[in-house]
Amino acid sequence: MFAAGASNEAGVSVNVLVCVKRVPATAGKITLTADEQAIDTRYLGFTISPHEECAVEEAVRIVEAHGGSTTVITLGPEEATDQLREAMAVGIDRAILLATDGGEWNVMSTASAIVEAIRAREATDGPFDLILLGNEAADTGDYQVGIRVAAALDRPIVTGAKGLEVRDDTVTARREAPEGGWEVYQIPRPAVVTVREGINLPRYPSVPGRLRARKKEIERIELARDAASEPARIRLRVPVERESAVEILGEGPEAAPRVVEILRRLGLIA
Amino acid sequence: MILVIVEHEAGVPDRLSSEVLTLGRSLGEAIGHPLHAVAWGDAGAGLAGEGLAVAIGSSGVAVLHAIEEPRLTDYAPEAIGAALAQLIERDRPDAVIAGGAERGVEVLAHAAARLSLPLAANVTDVRPGEPWQITRQRWGGSLLEDARLDGPIRLLTVAAHAIEPIAAATTATQVERRPFVPVLTDRDLRVRIASRVPAEAGKISLAEARVVVGGGRGVGSADGFAQLDELAALLGGAVGVSRVVTSAGWRPHAQQVGQTGTRIAPDLYIACGISGAIQHMVGARSAKAILAINTDRDAPMVTRATYAVIGDLHVVLPAIIAVIRTER
Ligand SMILES: Cc1cc2nc3c(=O)[nH]c(=O)nc-3n(C[C@H](O)[C@H](O)[C@H](O)COP(=O)(O)OP(=O)(O)OC[C@H]3O[C@@H](n4cnc5c(N)ncnc54)[C@H](O)[C@@H]3O)c2cc1C
Ligand SMILES: Nc1ncnc2c1ncn2[C@@H]1O[C@H](COP(=O)(O)O)[C@@H](O)[C@H]1O
Repeated sequence: MFAAGASNEAGVSVNVLVCVKRVPATAGKITLTADEQAIDTRYLGFTISPHEECAVEEAVRIVEAHGGSTTVITLGPEEATDQLREAMAVGIDRAILLATDGGEWNVMSTASAIVEAIRAREATDGPFDLILLGNEAADTGDYQVGIRVAAALDRPIVTGAKGLEVRDDTVTARREAPEGGWEVYQIPRPAVVTVREGINLPRYPSVPGRLRARKKEIERIELARDAASEPARIRLRVPVERESAVEILGEGPEAAPRVVEILRRLGLIA
Repeated sequence: MILVIVEHEAGVPDRLSSEVLTLGRSLGEAIGHPLHAVAWGDAGAGLAGEGLAVAIGSSGVAVLHAIEEPRLTDYAPEAIGAALAQLIERDRPDAVIAGGAERGVEVLAHAAARLSLPLAANVTDVRPGEPWQITRQRWGGSLLEDARLDGPIRLLTVAAHAIEPIAAATTATQVERRPFVPVLTDRDLRVRIASRVPAEAGKISLAEARVVVGGGRGVGSADGFAQLDELAALLGGAVGVSRVVTSAGWRPHAQQVGQTGTRIAPDLYIACGISGAIQHMVGARSAKAILAINTDRDAPMVTRATYAVIGDLHVVLPAIIAVIRTER
């Protein structure tokens, strides 16, 4: 059970939906816009959360093992098609953009819009056997879209999964237990699972994969913002870092005795 | 009323729950309303007995609502969320506060979804008023956001280590224990733990290690970790790595430190060949001291460290190991 990757029985065709969110790829230091409402992204690239990268990989593996189809969905600006194409480059079949005007949506409205899109798609194509999300988004980290989506669709959900197995009519997911070790959940399909990084090691997109993704069509659903979708934000702040004047112990191997002196002072060696 | 969700082990609240109780108490005092607690757990787990009620007796709690349902013998997130939603609907507290760990946010999110209420996660500060305002963590804690928390019932989880837990100054008071019997359907109980796999015995857990030897891209290869493993073994510590290392498959994800990995809190973090990206640093923020070993004097890890050695880690580490061995 739970060998590396999706260790699934063959013969159960599965339709999987993955939810991803476009976020700035911040690195060294975060700079905010003058109005303190957002990160200044002028010099940044964009990405999705590592948890979501793993959810994409898991979806592709499940369908490689069982047959079926994979769809990726995002609610975001026009440019979020980049993230959809990246998912298609590693093997996702289809993509849906819930297009905003670029303004941010709060978490409840995001979940509702995703649910509405799922209902619409399922009405024509049949149910998604499995809906995968990240455990938390990289930026807001609200830890709840998955649960709100599952509740609205009245489907069982396991959060924080680091192992997943799809069977005929059940999904088995395991996650880390608070006391160490693992908790194993078994839930009926159709189901929702939120994924944590570590569930698998995502593949890199191949050049042919990228080329194929570039040509694929993306379904667009236009969203209209209203007062209910506004975030509750007043302002963002960069937390004050404790100023530490670093003590340079030396350059190269000559510094070793001073390092060991510090290890001893901290009681880490006898 | 302020309602806090208390997670406990056999009647003893965990550390995060003590932080939650501390916030709940100060909020209750600020708005002049009583503090109530709610907990789940079966009869053997110290809830049916007076264990937990006594343990939280100095936290200012007036009433402990003990969720009682014979089918709730083990953790079942949806069912507990349903029970919480029913209690919240009946008593309509001013605010409900859970710990910002996996279970706390999970059960409260289930309740929030059922009640169609907003939920603010990883809050570090609450300011009651018109409207209530909160500060919460974004980007895993590398940013803070001041926000409104609207609605008649405010749901929130508290970021770990944001609040210093304090026991009440006065002596313990009697906590009234009230059973709360939720109405649960079989459907509410469909998500439950089917089995458990115990933790590997004898391994030093990364989260709890006193010293962590960290390696990043600068280590260069999977084989390059031999020196880090050796130093960690000498110091009785654990090896931690950056995401570049796990993505390359050099090391398992269980060793990743950071926003999407483990949060560490060692006495010393020896960070070798790690640049110090913000997503890595949020995982190392609770380290008491950092020793950076890096070829780049201007790397963020170096400028934020307590101590640094400038140089190639593959030269510096063997030298450190040699000194430790000769001095033994
Ligand atoms: C949403 C999100 C979540 C993320 N979560 C995490 C996370 O949980 N954990 C995490 O680590 N990252 C995370 N990242 C990735 C993070 O942004 C960085 O890309 C990553 O931490 C960089 O790893 P690194 O420091 O090993 O590599 P680099 O940034 O490439 O740094 C390598 C360092 O090694 C030094 N070096 C090179 N050779 C040597 C040598 N011979 N001796 C000494 N020093 C040398 C260089 O000077 C440099 O400072 C996340 C990113 C995103 C967008
Ligand atoms: N705008 C969005 N578009 C698509 N999926 C999203 C969006 N926001 C959040 N999600 C999904 O929900 C997960 C949890 O987000 P959150 O509850 O905001 O932390 C993310 O990892 C995504 O999988």
